[in-house]
Order: sequence, then C-alpha cells, then structure tokens
Amino acid sequence: MAGDRTKRKDQTVGMTRRELLRGAGVSAAVGASTLGAVTSYAKTAQQSGNSAGSEEAYEQLTTEEGQLLEVIADHLIPSDDSGPGALDAKAVRYIDRALGGALSDSLEVYRAGLAAFQRYCRSSRGGDFMELPHNDRISALIDVETGAATGAGAGFVGSSAAFFSMVRGHVLQGTFGDPYYGGNENFVGWDLIGYPGVRTAVTENDQRRLEAGELRPYRRSAYGWEEFEKATVSAARKGLRHAD
Amino acid sequence: MPTRLPGTDVVIVGLGAAGGVAALPLAESGLSVVGLEAGSRLTRKDFAPDELRNNVRAWPFTVQKAQREIPTVRPNRLTPSTQGAIHPMMNGVGGTSLHYWAQSWRLNPWDFKVVSEIRRRYGVSKIPEGSTVEDWPFGYEELEPYYDRVEREIGVSGQAGNINGTIDRRGNPFEGTRSDAYPMEPLRWTGFIEQMADAAQNLGWDPFPGPAAVNTRTYQDRSSCMYHGFCNRGGCHVDAKNSTAVTTIPRAEATGNLQVVSHAHVTTIDVDRNGRVTGVTYLQGGEEFFQPTKFVLLASYTYENVRLLLRSTSRSYPIGLSNNHAQVGRHYFSHHQGASVSALFPFDLNAWYGLPAQGVAVDNWADDNFDHADLDFVGGGNLWVYSDRRPIGAAGMNTFGLVPNWGSAWKAFISENADRSNTAYIQKTTLPYESNYLDLDPVVKDPFGHPVIRITAEYKENELAVAEFMQEKMEQWYREAGATEIVRGGLGRTMGVSTHAYGGTRMGDNAETNVVNRFGVSHEVPNLGIAGASVMGTSGARNPTLTAQALSWRTAQHIVDQWSTLAD
Repeated sequence: MAGDRTKRKDQTVGMTRRELLRGAGVSAAVGASTLGAVTSYAKTAQQSGNSAGSEEAYEQLTTEEGQLLEVIADHLIPSDDSGPGALDAKAVRYIDRALGGALSDSLEVYRAGLAAFQRYCRSSRGGDFMELPHNDRISALIDVETGAATGAGAGFVGSSAAFFSMVRGHVLQGTFGDPYYGGNENFVGWDLIGYPGVRTAVTENDQRRLEAGELRPYRRSAYGWEEFEKATVSAARKGLRHAD
Repeated sequence: MPTRLPGTDVVIVGLGAAGGVAALPLAESGLSVVGLEAGSRLTRKDFAPDELRNNVRAWPFTVQKAQREIPTVRPNRLTPSTQGAIHPMMNGVGGTSLHYWAQSWRLNPWDFKVVSEIRRRYGVSKIPEGSTVEDWPFGYEELEPYYDRVEREIGVSGQAGNINGTIDRRGNPFEGTRSDAYPMEPLRWTGFIEQMADAAQNLGWDPFPGPAAVNTRTYQDRSSCMYHGFCNRGGCHVDAKNSTAVTTIPRAEATGNLQVVSHAHVTTIDVDRNGRVTGVTYLQGGEEFFQPTKFVLLASYTYENVRLLLRSTSRSYPIGLSNNHAQVGRHYFSHHQGASVSALFPFDLNAWYGLPAQGVAVDNWADDNFDHADLDFVGGGNLWVYSDRRPIGAAGMNTFGLVPNWGSAWKAFISENADRSNTAYIQKTTLPYESNYLDLDPVVKDPFGHPVIRITAEYKENELAVAEFMQEKMEQWYREAGATEIVRGGLGRTMGVSTHAYGGTRMGDNAETNVVNRFGVSHEVPNLGIAGASVMGTSGARNPTLTAQALSWRTAQHIVDQWSTLAD
C-alpha cells in the first residue's frame, strides 16, 4: 500500500530539489541559444553532472538509475516558465514504486534501457547523459525517441523508440495521475493542465460554473473518499480475480 | 471425474449484457436457472474515480479469465497471426455492461434488410463482392416490442424521434417507429455539445442526443447520473449505469429461481448420443463440476461463444457443437470504429466532467439515409461527439503536428490546450465476407491447454470507402463549429479484437448459412440457444448492446413459451 511505505534517507544525495532547479535555469538559458533544429525541445531544465537526485531513496531502482531517470523526466516535462514539471510532481517516485507493484514486469526493461541509454550517450556523444552539454542531451533523447538509437551496436538491444515511449507514458502517469500512487505531488500536474479535480458528483450548476470559469479546482485523491476499495492491479492479477 | 451437481432447467453460460437480461424472463417464468459466470461480483465500492487504475491499467478487466484467452489476429490467411496484449471485454456478474459506455441504440430498419433494400434501390450489383450478408429473418417491427421492453426493464434515457410515425425533430428523424418514448429524458448537454448541435443544424443536418442505459432521474430506486467523468472503462459508483448487475440479475435472483455461480470457467457443453445437450462442464477453484440441465443458453461473448462450440466436439458434432453445417465462426466481423477524426478548438471545451454516452449524434450519413447512387459504397456511419476527458489522457493529447511530444514547447502547448481537443466516435456499417472468419488457433493455447480463437479478418473496400466518406463529413462538422486544426487517423485494415464483435453464430432461416434460427435456437441442437452479438448478421452504425439484449430477451421468451417442446 502506497501510504505505508518507509521513507529512507539516502546519505549520498545531499542536494535538494530547490537547489537543483536553481542550478538548472542557468544552464538551460545557455543551452537554448545554441540549439539549431531542436529549438522546440529547448528550455529544458538541466542538472549538472552528479547532483541530480531526490530526497528519498528509491525502492526498486538503484540511486544511479533513479537519478538518470529523474534527469530524463525533467527533460520530458521540465520545470520552467509554464510551471512545475515532472520532478516537482515526483513522477520518478511514482515509477519507482510502481516498478515494485503494478509495473513490476517493467523493472528489468528499465534496468536494461537506462543502461543502454548511457552506453548510447557514451558511444555517440562521448559521455554519460548527465555530463553532456544541453543540446547533446536533447539530440540524444530525440535519437532514442525516433528509434535511431536502436541496435546493439548503438546501445539498445530492443527498440529505443519503444523504451522512450514507455518512459514517456510512465512520466505522464506520474505527473498527471492520482497522487495516491506517489506522483502528482501537490497536484502540480492537475494545476498545469487546468483539471478541476476528482469529484463524485457534478451538478448542472457545477458544469455551468466550470464553463463560466467560476468552478474552484478541487484537490483530492480518489481515495480521499473512504467508500472506495484500494485494490491494486498487481495484487489482483496474481489470483486472476477481483478483490472480492 | 467432475462432481455431478443437481440438475436445473436452464443453464446460462455468461451473465453479461445478454445473459444477464435473459435471466429475468426465464426466472420469472418459474424455470430454475443456474447462471455460470467466469468473473466476480463487483459493486459500487470497486468503482473508484481513478484514471490510472481504470483507464491506464484497465483494472476492471485485466484480472480476468478473458485475459488468458486473448484471440490471435491476422488480416488474411497469408499473414502470420499475432496475439494482442489485452482482451477488451470483462468477466464479472454483469460482464462488460459494468464498465461499458452504455450507449443503448436500436438498429435502424435498413440494418435488418440490407440485401433486399440495396437490391430494391440500387440493384444487386451494388452489394460488395465477397460479402455473405443476408437479410435478417425478420424486420425491425418484430424486434420493436423487445427493444421497448428492455429499455424499460434496465432503464434507458433518450429523446424519441419517431413515435408511431410522428416525427419529433428533437430526436433522430431516421429512427424506426417507436411504440413509446424513452422511459427517461436524455442526458444533459454541455455548452460545447450545444455548440456542435448548432453547427450541425447550420449544415442542414439533424443533431440529437443519443440513448444511454444511464439514469437521468431516480429509476427503479437507483440514483441518477453524477456526470463525474469516470464512466469510460469504469463502473458506476452510484449504480446509475444500468448494467445487468444492478437491474435484471438482482431481480431474477429475487424470484428465487436464479442461482448465480461466480468464478465458473465453462470448458465444454456436453451432449448425449442423440445430439441433445445434457449439461455443461466447468472449472471452479481448481475443481471440475458437471451441471446437468434441460437447456443451455450460451451467452458469453462472441469469441467465447464460438470457442466453446468449436471445442465441444462429440460423435454427433465431430467438428464442434451445432457445427455440422460448418457455419460456426463464419460471417464474423468487427465494427469499423477506427478512422478517427480529432479537432483542436481555440477555446476550452469544458469536457472534464461527463460521460461518453452524453453527447450529440448525427444520422444523416448513416445506413441508407442518403442516396448512394453516385457513391462507390453502401452503408454509412453515425457521427458522435461526446464529453469525456481525464487528466492523464488529456496530457497525452494529440499535438496536431504543432509541437514535439515533450519538452518546454510541448508542456506550454498542453497547458493551454488540454481541454481544447475533441475526438469523434464514428461507427460505420461493416459487412460479413467469405474470407473473414473465426477458428481455433492451431498453436496458441490458454493455460488449460485449450486453443484460443484466431481472428482472420480485414476491412474490405466498402468499409474503407465508408470510413473515408465519414471522415470528410466529420471534418466538415468540426470546421463549422470553429475547429482550427484537424487530424485524421488511418482508414484501418485488420479487424482486431473488438468490443463490437459480430457473427460467428449467425441467426437466419437458412440452416446452410446460419447457426441459429430466428428465435436464437440452434438449427442442429434442439435444446441449445445462443445470445449475444454473435447472432447478429449486420452491424448497423451504432453500438450493438441494446440489440443483443432485445434479441436475448426474445430468445428467453421463446424458451419460456415453447418450454415443453424445447426441453424434451
């Protein structure tokens, strides 16, 4: 159950998210000006070298894997002028927890994919992803997204596009999903897209107020209502029956 | 040896949308009924408004028997088949009616008489080559009383367009004559739906609200709809969605004549030396049982109906039960619902709350409601614009080629446009063809070692031409309403595993080309009935559930009326 987890401190990771983001803005501005064809991907918050990390230890991923995934997530949904991003939402915490549950079948895919991504960065760009200049990071991610990094020689044994698509999907889930699962911290994802919130009843008057821009966002998890069972997919799948 | 249970009059295999409806007239008649259901009982506590669980992880239906027997798919005999990751239907008391969209359409009269109507209006050469389509053994008028009955028994909201020949412009002017209004008013509209309806009227079309098995007032002591936005792939937390789990099944149980057996995985339907059904064998919790009965109503889904028949071989039926004419699995087709059209508007649509059954329909381009003389196809589609959005799906929106799929530009785009896109649901006439069929996969098996269904089927030229024509109409409608960007999906080719799967046990008078007779009883096995869309020979341009339910009620009524003849 997501609410019962023990929060372990990882002594090796000292930098807070605030510090991390402060450092990010500076290098992002430098990176953006040098991008040619990939400007539309620009303005991605950037962390320097080994400083990425979260205040909580990962449960499934290693520290190294988790930090790399955080930097990738930060490029996908950056914290920038349009508001908080995947790091603020703790999208990687969501993924890490899910890899021990509903997404447990994907843990090895993450392991292999993150390692392949680093191999690809080294062989094609001459360094680990986090050490690369901003525009190299963006172009490396585009290679993975388009499948250009596919092939054992290139780094990925399986399709790099499939790996990218999976990671992107999970980062979206962690940013915009119900906070019950560990992401969407402080409802930053729902605020970003203007989702007015989970309600169990929406009257005709509520709809009118929504259309008039007068409906106040409601910020509550589905499981803030005690009436709903918290069955998880992984627990249920084992017995191939619903929790009844 | 399986444990032999006490006998019963009727066994229903599968308590979903169709079997769950049949249970009521059977139980009310005083017959003893055992309902074998592979899934569990779910109730309102199981239906949390949780997009991750319902829509992303498909929780309502991923933990099911059906997931262990996902059909394999190939477009034709020359292409290798592949098995998909998910079966879109669910097991459970109430079946997929627990989480379906609840759109409860009647077919239009043309759908019952496709062959004779095409011949009359355009000549027989207009029927697409290779199609095995037949007229239904009866017309719309025959099914009308059963449509009316089911609409009342489960509760359907909607706006009538034709009551006893009097046209009401608020409803569908093309619909068949109704004997009465819907028992409930239609679901309300949002501002955007009103706007789309206005645009349709500007084009000279006839917009109307669609029918839904969703309450718009307290009905049979159940709540009205809460419009909370989690109806799509989710069950109802207030029992306002009228699945058979909250309507006909509990009422049938209340008679004392229906015994529901959950987690029962039926493996074969068994027969005696004379070719009569004696009962069914099922597995439950690792144990095997034999349930003797006088009559079996097979009412699982299309794929499982066909699989169970093909697996139930005997001396009397060497290639499958009721298959001595080799028609089981034939005339299969899945509804063409692809070839999507998405639009981007320069204003918020306020679609966060609502349900897929809440929307505006246009039937001007459906069936034969327009002249096809100068067109190279028959049939058409129903255009449907509805209110349904949740945050993960909204963030994953189509970007209309305007920005990449990630990064700052993308983030700014979704921040502005997450509530500004709409994708229409366009259901199109789909015909059966000689080369499209279901059989048992020669290689892929379920965990019990039983082969899964193999789908060999593709959309033909007629379906693709309809799809392209409907995309044109939908784009025209969106543009009229102010859309600034339009994206069209591909026209499609392979018929994949579908929630609208028809045929395989088609109904018709001719035993050479049909599995069941006009009452849904096997042409070959006197005490075997079949219910569900597997008996339907045409798709129409709208959701099949209400038609499958009306047919199921009619079959159940026939069993009751003819009990002494059918049961011995």
